Amino acid sequence: MDYFDRFAVPHSSPMIVGSQIAIAVTVLAILVGVTYFKKWGYLWREWFTTVDHKRIGIMYILAALLMLFRGGADALLMRAQTAIPDNGLLDGQHYNEIFTTHGVVMILFMAMPFIIGLMNIVTPLQIGARDVAFPRLNAVSFWLFFWGAMLFNISFVVGGSPDAGWTAYFPLASVEFSESVGMNYYAIAIQIAGIGTLMTGINFIVTILKMRAPGMTLMKMPMFTWSILITNLIIVFAFPVLTVALALMTMDRMFGTNFFTMANGGSDMLWANLFWIWGHPEVYIVILPAFGIYSEIISTFARRNLYGYKSMVVSMVAISVLSFVVWAHHFFTMGHGAMVNGIFSVTTMAIAVPTGIKIFNWLFTLWRGKIEFTVPMLYSLAFIPIFTIGGVTGVMLAMASADYQYHNTMFLVAHFHYVLIPGTVFSVLAGFTYWWPKIFNFQLSERIGKWAFWFIVVGFNVTFFPMFITGLDGQARRMYTYSESTGYGPLNMLSFVGALGLLLGFAFLVYNIYWSTRYAPRNVSSDPWNARSLEWATHSPVPEYNFAIVPEVDSSQAFWDSKNNGPALFKGKYKEIHMPNNSGVPFILGIIFFVWGFAMVFSMWIFAIIATLGIFACMAHRSFEKDHGHHITVEEIEETEKKLRGANA
Amino acid sequence: MKIDNSLPLEYSTEENRLKILGFWIFLGAEIALFATLFATYFTLVDRTANGPVGGDIFEVTPVLIETILLLTSSFTIGLGINAMRHGSKNAMMIFFIITLALGAGFLGTEIYEFKHYVHIGAGLQVSAFTSILLTLLGTHGAHVTLGLFWGTFIVLQVKKRGLTPETTNKAFIYSLYWHFLDVVWIFIFSFVYLKGMM
Repeated sequence: MDYFDRFAVPHSSPMIVGSQIAIAVTVLAILVGVTYFKKWGYLWREWFTTVDHKRIGIMYILAALLMLFRGGADALLMRAQTAIPDNGLLDGQHYNEIFTTHGVVMILFMAMPFIIGLMNIVTPLQIGARDVAFPRLNAVSFWLFFWGAMLFNISFVVGGSPDAGWTAYFPLASVEFSESVGMNYYAIAIQIAGIGTLMTGINFIVTILKMRAPGMTLMKMPMFTWSILITNLIIVFAFPVLTVALALMTMDRMFGTNFFTMANGGSDMLWANLFWIWGHPEVYIVILPAFGIYSEIISTFARRNLYGYKSMVVSMVAISVLSFVVWAHHFFTMGHGAMVNGIFSVTTMAIAVPTGIKIFNWLFTLWRGKIEFTVPMLYSLAFIPIFTIGGVTGVMLAMASADYQYHNTMFLVAHFHYVLIPGTVFSVLAGFTYWWPKIFNFQLSERIGKWAFWFIVVGFNVTFFPMFITGLDGQARRMYTYSESTGYGPLNMLSFVGALGLLLGFAFLVYNIYWSTRYAPRNVSSDPWNARSLEWATHSPVPEYNFAIVPEVDSSQAFWDSKNNGPALFKGKYKEIHMPNNSGVPFILGIIFFVWGFAMVFSMWIFAIIATLGIFACMAHRSFEKDHGHHITVEEIEETEKKLRGANA
Repeated sequence: MKIDNSLPLEYSTEENRLKILGFWIFLGAEIALFATLFATYFTLVDRTANGPVGGDIFEVTPVLIETILLLTSSFTIGLGINAMRHGSKNAMMIFFIITLALGAGFLGTEIYEFKHYVHIGAGLQVSAFTSILLTLLGTHGAHVTLGLFWGTFIVLQVKKRGLTPETTNKAFIYSLYWHFLDVVWIFIFSFVYLKGMM
């Protein structure tokens, strides 16, 4: 039995045992359920082996929602623990684990995949393409992300959670101070998901650069597509840094190297630098697509062309460049000296300029618009003022000398939630609601959606605004408790109440999905919002080939123009369409990576070597494989089009 | 599949053009990866603790052999692609096989070099400097190793299937990769070995 001792959680508690049982039961229930309803064949044919960007997008979003609730459970536990002074709900170790996994899950396994999901569904449609440049690679990206996320998530029931914070600073993250396998999970699981993300980056750059509809020059792309292009450029240049950092961390923890150690010449600050050289661009990876989503939604529901198209593009390019030269502001207090701090202070504050330009552009788009207050629009309107608070406090934090006061306090926590939640979370919820009818051919209930919106927006502010105050008052982040004499109690209780409000808001969101799926009227038009870009020009749900005829465009709002007496989008006759074949290899590769990762985490070298060979076998298989895809004939297209037109009549 | 005969075979289809651009972007990511490793190397190069410094352990002979082998292989793969463009399958395969042989020679020498380092007390765990030195060289070496397998697969496919839009596309992309490894080596040679021995 000694062999199996390694899988035990070193720091168990009734809550963890409960989770272990719950997870085991759920997994079993899913397996039994799928078998009972004989759905394995369906799942395999339609989902596990799919290379269709729309289905991959849906799977990304499903996984992201799942992770939202995992990360949300962590968040609720944190707020519950700190709601009253000297609380004993969680002990210090458990609290460390929870804030670590909350950060990693929310950024890497919720925000990024949610955005990548929307980008998968929308980008090819917006540019009038039939799929992404490398459909098979896209499936590989998804399955690597998915199995990486699963690997990370089993950490708290098998072997122990990571506990050194999502930033994993050394020496805290070294074997010496973090003995369990938790930080191994961190290094390996994020590595696997990160490789997938890097491939997504390459895939979408090529897709956007090479597969746009005839007539769509770069400066005629919809703003969301622009944001995705820039985001993916950031991904391609930032993620390799993370790859290296995590590899060095893995070697330090498993093979006794001395990169980040305190002895033999290692440098703990090297980790902090490498991490944030990736980490700061990373926050722009999750915020730029949000800007793109808001641009689409605001222009649609204000019924006006987006104001300042060129300045929007230039701002995003400026932000992407600046994102790589601000990383040291994450550790002003660690002693670089005045010169370095000064430079990074200035570059950081400079980011406020392009961001401010964008805010004004949205405001000018709204100016004199006929604003329609739909759910996506409500999120977009709430975003502008709340995000501005986040931005302004960011400029406060950017002042290096003042940062000595704010550093590592709840003020910082409040700041980054004030940018990430109205920025990323509101935007994906808005985008999710906005593009839902394109995917499923019915709308989510506006009424329930508005309940969800108000609970989320109010709940968010009640949760996080008090943290600005307690932070300025000196409450440190990541402290699992505090004494009554500090006086932090009432405001922390208020935060907890706000968190419950957020919980209710998300419950409404889930209820909305359930209710609308059952009762919402079907067969809404393929353009229910009276929108502007190409994705609304095809049917809902979108056929496998996206567009029966490739559209020809001559503006960034081609669809809007064509609806308003502009040139027709679709000219010519149906032609045979070439589409890629499905493949099970990406899914299998994902599972092998999961096994490899698990073996690496527990230093089971024989399994790790076998899995490595499996990975290379998949690659060799791909090299020798002959796959010419399949053709959809003109008759088949005519039949599908007739059926879909009937559905939307 | 539409084949554009005005272009070389490897560029002749839309799919091929997408793959070549995609691979260039991948090489951009690889540059970021090696740049990170080099930056880490420069950060840690003087952090030798009780271990050796570069000048103590570097040996001119194996490094020169490696450099000559790899640089020559970059030349021969260029000849291979040239032969491919002229449509001579056999010449292309011969040049590819020579390239792979030179690559294998490089790898063999590097393995000897690694064994030597461990033998003289400059193993992976000795100091921050030895850790990053062996990791940087090892990452490059791992790329070469992967390239040897990949190149072999391509030679086998060309032998069996001839010069088609697919095989030429693969061979061309592979040549980009191989040239890239050469470029990385030039940086390693200049900034690790030369700088370390001066």
